[in-house]
Amino acid sequence: MISLSSYLTLGAILFSISIAGIFLNRKNVVVLLMCIELMLLAANINFVAFSHFLNDISGQVFVFFILTVAAAEAAIGLAILVTLFRNRNTIDVEQLDAMKG
Amino acid sequence: MNFTDLVFYFFSAMLVLAGLGVIGSRNPVHSALFLVLSFFSCSALWLLLQAEFLAIVLVLVYVGAVMVLFLFVVMMLNINLAQMRQGFVRYLPLGVLVALVMVVQMVWIVGPVGPDVFGGEQLNQAVQHAPDHSNTSELGKVLYTDYVFAFEVAAIILLVAIVAAIALTMRRREMTKYQTPGKQVQVRKSDRLRVVKMDAETSK
Repeated sequence: MISLSSYLTLGAILFSISIAGIFLNRKNVVVLLMCIELMLLAANINFVAFSHFLNDISGQVFVFFILTVAAAEAAIGLAILVTLFRNRNTIDVEQLDAMKG
Repeated sequence: MNFTDLVFYFFSAMLVLAGLGVIGSRNPVHSALFLVLSFFSCSALWLLLQAEFLAIVLVLVYVGAVMVLFLFVVMMLNINLAQMRQGFVRYLPLGVLVALVMVVQMVWIVGPVGPDVFGGEQLNQAVQHAPDHSNTSELGKVLYTDYVFAFEVAAIILLVAIVAAIALTMRRREMTKYQTPGKQVQVRKSDRLRVVKMDAETSK
């Protein structure tokens, strides 16, 4: 029988993979956004697993809201990306230094 | 090992491999397609956890809408792939090191090895529901009563996202020629036509 810790381990592995992805793809903003989506998925796996093993539906309600916010975030992020590419003709993170940050 | 365990390990392996494909692909289109595969595997795992509604929502909303949006943007932007890969090898040791340390730490806390915090009796109250049990109606009953305010806020967040995305990407070009039907309808004959009185030419 698969226990709760197996699902939590899977979520931890997926989260670490996306952390590594943020380190590796420092230049490509599109892949950075995809890594953030992967992180949210790892968090959602934990929520659904806890919801199942504690027999409490509230965890799934939370996943529902996380999905909503993630969809909104992806839409706005990609819109910003398109505007950025139109103005600067690049999506390289290192060249986006107009704010001197 | 029974059938459920086999399904879990199969889809977990697929999820992890697809995640590695997302971060390791040379082409962003391949990354997006690997992300689709990982969403599918995850939705299968959620079916295993009896969260049927969320599993279907993950496929419909994420694979159907969000990933299509990603693919549109990736294909619309003209990205220099060779330039994008610079620094991949340079950051590889650091990235792998940080990821490995994080995996070891988190698995030590939550995993079956180590202290095994989450393996206790009170954390295993899973109920195998009857075949006619509806996860969707359970979720709906909670969502429209206890969480109705959060539900409304989520709707407003989506509305703001629509408005923001359209406002960010819309632009008015200076050079384009376009018709204004209101002005076309209101035009009078006197605005366009001028009758000039002149003498008829006479031959000499």
